[in-house]
Amino acid sequence: MELPSPNPAILDRRAEIVARLKAALPAGTVIDDPRGLVAYECDALTAYRCPPLAVALPRSTQEVAEALKICHEMGVPVVPRGAGTSLAGGSLPTGDAVVIGVARLTRVLETDYADRIIRVETGRTNLSVTGAVEADGFFYAPDPSSQLACAISGNIGMNSGGAHCLKYGVTTNNLLGVTMVLMDGTVVEIGGAHMDAGDLDLLSVICGSEGQLGIVTEATLRILPKPEGARPVLMGFGSSRVAGACVSDIIEAGVLPVAIEFMDRPCIRACEAFAHAGYPDVEALLIIEVEGSPAEIDHQLRLIRGIAERHGPEVIRESTTAEESAAIWLGRKSAFGAMGQINDYMCLDGTIPVTELPLVLERIGELSAQYGLGVANVFHAGDGNMHPLILFDANKPGDLELCEQMGADILKLCVEVGGCLTGEHGVGVEKRDLMTVQFSEDDLEAQLKVKDVFDPKWLLNAAKVFPLAVTEGRRP
Amino acid sequence: MTVIAPACEAELAEAIRAANGPFAIRGGGTRSPAADRPVLSTAGLVGVVLYEPGALTLVVKAGTPLAEVEDVLAAKNQRLAFEPMDHRPVLGTSGDPTIGGALAVNASGPRRVQAGAARDFLLGAVFVDGEGTRVRNGGRVMKNVTGYDLARLQAGARGSLGVLTELSFKVLPVPERVATLALACDTPGRAVAEMSRALGSPYEVTGAAWDGARVLLRIEGFADSVAYRAGELARIIPGLAPADEDPWPALRDGAALAPMERDIWRVSLRASHGAVLAERLREAGAAVQLDWGGALLWAATAPGTDLRAEMADLGGHATRLRGQGSTPARHPDPAPVAALAAGLRQKFDPRGLFAPEG
Repeated sequence: MELPSPNPAILDRRAEIVARLKAALPAGTVIDDPRGLVAYECDALTAYRCPPLAVALPRSTQEVAEALKICHEMGVPVVPRGAGTSLAGGSLPTGDAVVIGVARLTRVLETDYADRIIRVETGRTNLSVTGAVEADGFFYAPDPSSQLACAISGNIGMNSGGAHCLKYGVTTNNLLGVTMVLMDGTVVEIGGAHMDAGDLDLLSVICGSEGQLGIVTEATLRILPKPEGARPVLMGFGSSRVAGACVSDIIEAGVLPVAIEFMDRPCIRACEAFAHAGYPDVEALLIIEVEGSPAEIDHQLRLIRGIAERHGPEVIRESTTAEESAAIWLGRKSAFGAMGQINDYMCLDGTIPVTELPLVLERIGELSAQYGLGVANVFHAGDGNMHPLILFDANKPGDLELCEQMGADILKLCVEVGGCLTGEHGVGVEKRDLMTVQFSEDDLEAQLKVKDVFDPKWLLNAAKVFPLAVTEGRRP
Repeated sequence: MTVIAPACEAELAEAIRAANGPFAIRGGGTRSPAADRPVLSTAGLVGVVLYEPGALTLVVKAGTPLAEVEDVLAAKNQRLAFEPMDHRPVLGTSGDPTIGGALAVNASGPRRVQAGAARDFLLGAVFVDGEGTRVRNGGRVMKNVTGYDLARLQAGARGSLGVLTELSFKVLPVPERVATLALACDTPGRAVAEMSRALGSPYEVTGAAWDGARVLLRIEGFADSVAYRAGELARIIPGLAPADEDPWPALRDGAALAPMERDIWRVSLRASHGAVLAERLREAGAAVQLDWGGALLWAATAPGTDLRAEMADLGGHATRLRGQGSTPARHPDPAPVAALAAGLRQKFDPRGLFAPEG
């Protein structure tokens, strides 16, 4: 994976750029010492690292605008950053870029339960948005596994999902308005506390634009009343194929669980060792959660069990206490961490039509044998969002490259069966060079035109999302 | 008036490339006034491309009549959950609404408050831009963040960025039971307060409207659930009682206001501000209804009224669906936002072939 080489003309002006940023922003806002910059050399895609030219951590929308204005005037590339949890390298810097982070913008600006909205600064973490309203019986629905650490700014950048978006949708379905600073420092208000756009639905294209159109500093989010209760059921099956068929049948039967999660044996064992969730040792595990009153939950679980029984499950176990439910989810949500304890891994994020699950799982198994690299599968089965974890040894020369090749083959398979490269993590640098697998030249050109409008100089996060060859004439 | 009705996407692209003046893009022609330009019709782009009930996915050509789409889904006990409004009663148009037209205006009914708008159910789109280039975006899967979401950007764009040719949607099962509950209420302030109470409860209200005299709440789901939730709602909102009729299609379409010889407005604003504006407009003699828990206001005003003058302090936006006034039918965006929208239109339609009508 290649990053554009830093522009020597910009590196030469480093002292001047830093001086202008420091002059415009309060003390303690600009980081330029080499040791301080190391903390910003990568995000959660740690295989790639590059310290930036400088980092700015503004405390207000106005300060973000000041920093951007300077970079715009001086032609300096900017890499926006939330909490730095991107698995796709969304906030990986280049050596000639200023990282502008929103980590210090964490305030709740307004909460209105009658209108069911919250307005926050976007450096606030996902979980602490729910934290601000849960005592009053509300929650913010998108729940990426990194929700304890990830920031709303990054959620908007990547249009993040989570386990429960089968019912509640992803970020784009829960975002009502933003305050965004354009690359030239212009502050725009798009949307608000109302539900739809007056003219063009610009939020649609801002959400998921991976920090390439502007820096979102404030967001109005939809909050929802907490359900009366929720309860998961665990089901173990003798094969992934059977578990996949069961998922499809549940969906077609008209039951809409709030989440349907899938794990295979390698992942189950790792999670069990890590979180002691009480998972059975089976080939394929489904965690299905339903919501409502106790009677409503019983009714839905009865329907789901009825469907599952037809597929000959080895285990069906309903959670009976809040503690059991929490343990089941703790296991699932710590899956990535658990795998990380036993192996280096690369996490993929392709989405496929749910009906293709059995076929795709089988083909992933074949690729695993072909490449000689293990794979653990954990994913949101209800909406077909796969997370195969390819296991490799970072210390073994050539293993990362082999792993990346295998990952590319799996993602190509996802596209081939009617799916896409990324369901919730974003393209970043990680999947940038695969975009031509999913999109034609014209399809990509249409997307580039949008960036041309928002960021005509192509200074914002420009080395991401699109293959470098495709953006060649546009990037400075 | 000339009508060009390409039989396929390639012919459509050819017609666009050959054009030298603006078109009026039409599906069924039910959501726009009569065209004063040559019509570019999607009537030839019809049919279901793919329907997978087990994946809740439908892919359909944009010119397909909505009724046909609904029939196909109903055969598998599924539906379009966004409940697209029928514009015919208000606009006095005839013809068959199409799925492309519904998406192009982001037509969303009462269920918008809980399930989402047309744009929320869109999974992907194919369109032909103003230079005759075919663009595919999104796909047919539930979660997709691959590249910019140009598909959703088409929702509500009224064809101004391109002519829609194929759309993919998430569909949902038809619930086992539907119930409507009503509460007598003649002030918008109280109506919105009661609707907020219901929508802030865990009972999954899928419709919350005020017709001027009653608050109407809808719940949908398994029969036992609906009975239970109806009981719980009546407990937290005393006076709430089952209603026999199904008021939702009429509320969705503004049917009660349509026969009045007045201008018809649809205002999108914060729910609590819906109550404020409704009160102001009522005092000024308008007929008013609320939907989406107050976040959608319908008003029938004296011809020529500038409703926007009443909402300057409230935010949101107002669209004049019917009537002539000195003000624009669509709410002007603030300058920096309007500049972004104009920039996008210039990129996707540099010759202005799809410039908004009227």
